[in-house]
Amino acid sequence: MSRRQYANWGYYIPYGLWIGLFVIAPVGLIIYQSFLNLNHHFTLANYETYFKSGTYLMMTVNSLWWAFLITVFTLLISYPAAYYIHQLKHRQLWLLLTILPTWINLLLKAYAFIGIFSQSGVVNQFLGLFGIAPQQILFTNFSFVFVATYIQIPFMILPIYNSIDDVSDSYINASRDLGATSWQTFSKVIWPLTLPGVKAGVQSVFIPSLSLFMLTRLIGGNKVITLGTAIEEHFLTTMNWGMGSTIGVVLIIAMVIIMMLTGDRQADGGRVR
Amino acid sequence: MKRLLGLAIAILAVCGLLGFSANRLEATDNSGGGNKVLNLYNWGDYIDPSLIQKFQRETGYHVNVETFDSNEAMYTKIKQGGTSYDLTVPSDYMIEKMRAAHLLKPLDRSRLKGMQNFDPRLMNLDFDPHNRYSIPYFWGTLGIIYNDKYVRSGQIKHWNDLWSPKYRNQIMLVDSARDILGFALASNGDSMNTTNNSQLLAAKNKLDRLSPNVKAIVADEIKMYMAENESALAVDWSGEASEMMANNSHLHYVVPSEGSNLWFDNLVIPKTAKHYAAIYAFLNFMMEPKNAAQNARYVGYATPNEKARELLPKAVRDDRQFYPDAKTMAHLQIYQNLSPQLVGRYNDLYLEFKMHTH
Repeated sequence: MSRRQYANWGYYIPYGLWIGLFVIAPVGLIIYQSFLNLNHHFTLANYETYFKSGTYLMMTVNSLWWAFLITVFTLLISYPAAYYIHQLKHRQLWLLLTILPTWINLLLKAYAFIGIFSQSGVVNQFLGLFGIAPQQILFTNFSFVFVATYIQIPFMILPIYNSIDDVSDSYINASRDLGATSWQTFSKVIWPLTLPGVKAGVQSVFIPSLSLFMLTRLIGGNKVITLGTAIEEHFLTTMNWGMGSTIGVVLIIAMVIIMMLTGDRQADGGRVR
Repeated sequence: MKRLLGLAIAILAVCGLLGFSANRLEATDNSGGGNKVLNLYNWGDYIDPSLIQKFQRETGYHVNVETFDSNEAMYTKIKQGGTSYDLTVPSDYMIEKMRAAHLLKPLDRSRLKGMQNFDPRLMNLDFDPHNRYSIPYFWGTLGIIYNDKYVRSGQIKHWNDLWSPKYRNQIMLVDSARDILGFALASNGDSMNTTNNSQLLAAKNKLDRLSPNVKAIVADEIKMYMAENESALAVDWSGEASEMMANNSHLHYVVPSEGSNLWFDNLVIPKTAKHYAAIYAFLNFMMEPKNAAQNARYVGYATPNEKARELLPKAVRDDRQFYPDAKTMAHLQIYQNLSPQLVGRYNDLYLEFKMHTH
């Protein structure tokens, strides 16, 4: 038994290296740096500054709020979309089409939206046909949430689709046979069974949404400020890497909390799959 | 335990391998053209490529150009070593900072030809007394760009004009803490290098009152937006303004006469330099009026080389927007290198202003 384990150990090397070099080491460095001040002396002052400063706390609340909004809108669109795609004939093709935008670079997509939303953009030209004067769409909260939602949708659809796909038709048939209405079938059978997919989707959308700093500038015009903006500033302008790392640590902790809240609790959920 | 040890050894091995291959790569990089190379570390799109061709033809040196997009990024890269840049182009305050950090090599005046071509007003400044370390490359100002479709000419002359309620949601600002707080300070009649906390707070409070007028705080995209008539006003640097104006004839640039920033980008030799013959050949080549004029026409910034300026078309040469009159020049201020604590203070206030915006 032990020899067998030893032989299998070789398979873990690539994974172990990856985790060590690109996950554990960077996180360790960030935590280490968050305790250094500008003169590279050990200090707790960065955390003190963070939790005493109304600006940073406000920014944290803002980040969470925007990420929450983006996640809610993404979920509202993705769940029905995944459900509908699952019932289509050429579902693999439709799924491929929904994932297609992720093949295009994020920056390119952001720039495309600048072209769509600007004063002389497609939307305003269309409104112009009805005699409506150009509206300010770019640099509004609406445009920021819209573009972020658009970008995140594929990452939500995919896990939800997979979990819907896992639900056996026989459960649905059984539910119908036993006299459940469509709504009851959905709320008592399909929804609970697809919850793991929803949780996975929420994780993969909420967490990156916490620090979408490129979009806050390009689409939000820096009128939407998230923690990503502050991190960028501390690393590139003030060169106060300690403070930047502190904000990074706070973000990491926020992500861990999200993971715990949305984690699969198989034990109390009974048999999920 | 054995596992952990194995893992540790494996990680070390990979690190070693990466380090070794990086080292090899660099070695081959340098030997690329033997010793006949020049590694230029420059801002993006900040030299006429045909001049590089010409230099290579005339001297036989091969020029490798690498680019950076902020002084701080350049500083970090030079400071951390592992590079072999021969020339780089920091701005004024960064020259002061690099000088203090002993990252610059002094220039050998005996090998330079053409130093007398420069405008004496733009030489021997506080960030580099007697130009021991640097040669001016381009210079410029911070100012206001307006679109005459939306703003009548003459309505914008001073910083305070930006606060007018008629420009609600009409102004774009360049995303730079120093410049934005700087113009607010200048509008209050304070120094753009102030270390006085109450002056800084006053400037920040004044900026908060500007926020209803601010449409967006963006970076390079300002050029595109202004060219497409997206916004009526913008606060940006003269070099960016000249690029916008080349694409949209409705745009005009104003340097408020009560004071603004005067900035320099100067050529310096960083500590990492190796190819001295090539460096001086290049510096002398770029100081030749003909070449400096060609470069100024390509980049669109103001040239510090007076002989080169004389070679520019009259409309460019006498353009008060980019070569301001003596009175305005007298009120311009060069950024000084601030302590890291103060830089932090400026940026915290700027962040608060951004938060206030939304």
